[in-house]
Amino acid sequence: MKYGYLLFLLCLVFNHTQAQSCNLILQGTIIDYHDNTPLNEAIITISGTTQQTISAIDGTFYFTALCPGILELEIAHHACKSLFVPLDLQENTFKEIRLEHHLEALEEVEVTGRSNNKSSSAHEAFLTASTISKNMGGTLGDALKELAGITTLSTGAAIVKPVIHGLSGSRVLILNNNVRMQDMEWGEEHAPNIDMNTNKNIQIIKGAAALEFGGDAIAGVIKLLPEPVARQDSLYGQTQTQLFSNGKGGALSTTLIKSYESGLFIKGQGSFKRLGDLNTPDYLLTNTGVLERGISFTVSKRDFRQGWEAYYALFDAEIGILRASHIGNVDDFITAVNIKQPNTQNDFSYAINNPKQEVQHQLVKASFYQRFEGLGKWTTQYDFQKNHRFEYDIRLGADADKAALDLQLTTHSLATDLKIDAWQNAKFKVGLLGRHQANIANPLTGVRRLIPDYMSQNYGAFITVDHRLTDNLLIDGGLRYDFTQIDAKKFYRTSRWEERGYDATFSTIVTQDLGTQLLTNPVFQYHAIAATAGIIYKLDDDLTLRGNFSFSQRAPNPSELFSDGLHHSAARIELGDLNIKSESASNISVAIEKDSELWGFVLSPYINTINDFILLDPTGVEFTIRGAFPVWSYRQTNAQLVGLDFTAYGKWSSHVRTDHTFSLVYGTDKSLRAPLINIPPPSFTNTISYTNQRWNNLTLGLTSEYVFRQNNTPPNIAVFSPEQQATVVLEINTPPEAYHLLRLHTEIDFELKNNKKITLGLQATNLGDTKYRAYLNRLRYFVDDLGRNISTRILFNY
Amino acid sequence: MMNNKSNNSIYKKLATRSLALLFAFGMVSCTDDDDNPMEVLEEEVITTMNVTLTANGSTVTLQSKDLDADGPNAPETTITGNFLANTTYTGSIELLNETVTPIEDVTEEIEEKKEEHQFFFTTTGSVDNVTYNDEDADNNPIGLSFTLTTGDSGSGSIQITLRHEPKKPNDGSLADAGGETDIAQTFTITVQ
Repeated sequence: MKYGYLLFLLCLVFNHTQAQSCNLILQGTIIDYHDNTPLNEAIITISGTTQQTISAIDGTFYFTALCPGILELEIAHHACKSLFVPLDLQENTFKEIRLEHHLEALEEVEVTGRSNNKSSSAHEAFLTASTISKNMGGTLGDALKELAGITTLSTGAAIVKPVIHGLSGSRVLILNNNVRMQDMEWGEEHAPNIDMNTNKNIQIIKGAAALEFGGDAIAGVIKLLPEPVARQDSLYGQTQTQLFSNGKGGALSTTLIKSYESGLFIKGQGSFKRLGDLNTPDYLLTNTGVLERGISFTVSKRDFRQGWEAYYALFDAEIGILRASHIGNVDDFITAVNIKQPNTQNDFSYAINNPKQEVQHQLVKASFYQRFEGLGKWTTQYDFQKNHRFEYDIRLGADADKAALDLQLTTHSLATDLKIDAWQNAKFKVGLLGRHQANIANPLTGVRRLIPDYMSQNYGAFITVDHRLTDNLLIDGGLRYDFTQIDAKKFYRTSRWEERGYDATFSTIVTQDLGTQLLTNPVFQYHAIAATAGIIYKLDDDLTLRGNFSFSQRAPNPSELFSDGLHHSAARIELGDLNIKSESASNISVAIEKDSELWGFVLSPYINTINDFILLDPTGVEFTIRGAFPVWSYRQTNAQLVGLDFTAYGKWSSHVRTDHTFSLVYGTDKSLRAPLINIPPPSFTNTISYTNQRWNNLTLGLTSEYVFRQNNTPPNIAVFSPEQQATVVLEINTPPEAYHLLRLHTEIDFELKNNKKITLGLQATNLGDTKYRAYLNRLRYFVDDLGRNISTRILFNY
Repeated sequence: MMNNKSNNSIYKKLATRSLALLFAFGMVSCTDDDDNPMEVLEEEVITTMNVTLTANGSTVTLQSKDLDADGPNAPETTITGNFLANTTYTGSIELLNETVTPIEDVTEEIEEKKEEHQFFFTTTGSVDNVTYNDEDADNNPIGLSFTLTTGDSGSGSIQITLRHEPKKPNDGSLADAGGETDIAQTFTITVQ
C-alpha cells in the first residue's frame, strides 16, 4: 500500500513532467556574423535526434514539441564549418545564431590550399609549394626567378637580391611572416636574411594589397608565409635533406608541429646549410663557401573570433666572398677584367676565410586579432628585429681577424589595422604604423664607418578598398601617407665635405670640427604619398582583364644619403649625396589572363615612370696612395622602365605539360637620354614536364633558359691607369654574351603507413656545364658563373 | 540600422586603443640621446711613403703623402735632391700612418708579414735597374731595401707598387704576382 502510493505519486510526477515539457517551442534566426544579414538554407539539427529543419529566406527556423533539458543544435550551411550550439531549454525560447560563412575569412582558421590573391587589379604571382620545396637549399632570389619579370642581382651565388621589373634593393619590400624585413637591404652586396625553409608560400603582391605594408615598395612586395596549421589534434613534421655536387655540401631542415583542435599550435623549425668552394666549368672559386643556420618557434592560437601569435626566428649566415674579387685599385681591376680568370685559386676547401660576411638576424613578433560582429577584424602587431652585420676584409697584423664593418640595426614596429568586411560587395581596410629604427656602427673597427649612426622614425596611415560593382567587375584602390625622419651623426673628412660642396649648403649641420674631420648632425624629414587604383574585369569564365595605376614615393635610404668610402670588394669609392630627395614612381600596368582546362597565358605590359630615380653609377676616378679608384656616385634622374611579361602553359595530355615565360624590360635615363645601368636582359624560359599520379606522382621536367645579351647599357668609362701611365677604357659596363642553360628536375613520392610520405628528388642545374657570365652578377668582372650542380633531395613528411 | 550605435562604440574603442598604443610607442622611441659617436681611429692606413736613396754621401728622397687617404684629394709627391748619372743608390722604404697621433710606423707591420708582401719597381728612361736587397723566410724578395742604379743623364720614372698577398715567388712582373695593391705611386725624376 505504502509502495503503491509512492508508485502512484511517481507516475503522477512522471506523467506531469511529460505532459508539461514536450510542447516547448524553440524559435530562432540564423544571421551572418559579418553583416547581420539573415542566412537561409542553413540546416539545423538537434543532435542525437532526427529532428531537423531548414532556415527560411529571412533566416528563421523553429522546432515544436521539444522537451525541456539540455540539447545541442548543429547548424550547417554550405561553405561553412558546422556550428554546435548547446542550449538549456526550460521554456519557449528565441535564439539568435550567428554563423560565419565567408569563405575568405574561413581561410584564416582553415588550412588553405593555394592562397594566391587573385583579387588584385595589379598582376600578381606566387610560387607553388613544390617550387619552394625544391629550391629550399638555394636562395630566395633563385626561387623567385622562376616567375616572369623577376630576376636577381647578385654578388656570387650566396648573395642574391630579387629584382622585380628591373628594380631592386629598397624598392622591393620583403615581408617575412608579415614582418617587414629591416636588414640593410640597401647595399648591392647585401642579400635578404631569409631562411627559405621557414616558408611554404611565397607571393608577389602589388597595387592596393601592397600598399598596406609600405608606400615605398615601388617594385612590389614579396610576401613569405609559413604553412597554415589545421585545427586538429595532431603531431606532425617534415624533414628535408639535400646534397649538392657543386660546393660539395648539403642542407638539412626539420619542422615539427603540435596542433590542437582548439586552434592552438606550437611549431619549431631548424635548418642548417653548408657549402664549400663552388666551381665554374673550368676552375674553382676560392673562398665561396657558405654556412647558414636558422631556427624559429611559433606559438599561436587561432579562433574565428580572436587569435594571437608569438614568433621568434634567428637566422645566421656566414658567406665567403670570392678571393679573386677582392682587389686593390683600378689597375688590379683592369688586370682582373683582362685576364678573365681568377689569379687566386687554391684547392677545394670548406673554410670561409676573409673576405667574408657574417650576418645574424633576429626577429620577434607578437600579433593579436579580434573580430567584431557586423564590422570586421582588428589586428595589432608588434615586431622587433635586430640585424647584426660583420664584414671582414683582408687586413694586416693584429687587425687581421677584426671586422672592417660592424653594424647593428635595431627596429621596433607597431602596426594596427581594421578590415571592414560587413558589406557583401565592398571591403575596406584602414591601418596605422609606427616604426623606430636605430643603427649603431661599432667605432672600434679601425675603419671609417660606411654607414653612420642614425635613428629614424616612420609613421604611416593607409586605407584600401575593393568594391564589386557587378559579378564581372571589381575595382580596387588605396591611399597611404608616410612620414619619415632620419637623424644621423656622421663624420665627414673635411676634404670630402668641401669637395661635395656641403660647406656652402649644409654648414649649419656641422656640430664639431676635429681638424681633418667634421662631425655633422643631418636631420631630414620626408613626406611620402602613395595611391593606387585599378579594375578587374572578367570577360568570361576563362578570360580576365586587369588594369592598374600606382603612384608611389620612396624616401632615400641611409646608403643613398650617407655612403662615403672605399669598397674593397668592388675596388670603388661609393658616395652618397645629402641633397637626394624622395623618388616618385607612376606605374601603369595591364594584364590579360586566360586560364582554361587545356591552356592559359598571362600577357602583362607595363610602363613605370620614375621621377628623381635614385641610382648608383660610375662617375669618375679619384687618386689615392693605393692607386686610382673609380667613383660610383648616387645621383637622381628621371627614368622610365617599359617592359613586358609573358607566361603561358599548355596541357598536351593528362601527363604532359609545357610552361613558357618571356620577360623584357627596357630602362632609359630620360635626362641623359641613355640606357639605365643594371637592367636585366630579356630572357626566355621553356619547360616540358611529365607527371603521372599512378606512378607514385612521378615528375620529370626539363627546362631551357635562354638569356639574351643586354645590349642596352650605359657607356664604359675611361680612367687613367697609373701602372700603364695612360688612359684606358674600363670595361665596367660591357655586357656579357647571351647564354643558354638546361635544368633537369625529377621527383617521385612514396606513401608510407600512417599518412607518412617520402619524396625523392634529383635535380641538375646548368646541365651542359656551360661557361657563362650573367650581366647582373657583379662577379662577372672576375670569373665565370657556376658550372653544373647535381643535387638530390629527400623529403620526409610524418 | 540597429547596429549603428554599437558599431560607433566599437570604432571609438578601436581608435582609442590604436592611438594609445601608437602614442605609447612614440614615447618609447623618442628617448633621444645626445651622445656623439666615437671617432674612428683608422688603422693600417698608409698615408705616407718615404723612399730614401743614398750614394756617396748624397741623399735623394721621394715622398708620396695622401693625408685624406681615400678622400678626394690626390696624393702629393715630393722629390728632394738630384740623382747622379751612373750611380748605384742604396734605397729603403718607410711607410707611415699620419692620421693618428703619435704617427704610426706601418713599415713594422710589413716586416712582420713579409711573406705576404712585396714591393715591385718599374722603371723607365734614365733608371737602369732596381734589385732587391732583402728576403723573407722563403728567400723571396720583399723590397723594403733595394739597390737602384741610374744610367746616363736624362729623365725617367720609378713606379713603386706594394702588393698584399701576391703570388710568391713570381717572375717580378705585377701581372704574374697578382694580389691586392696597397700602394701604387709613380715618381718622375731627372738624372743629372
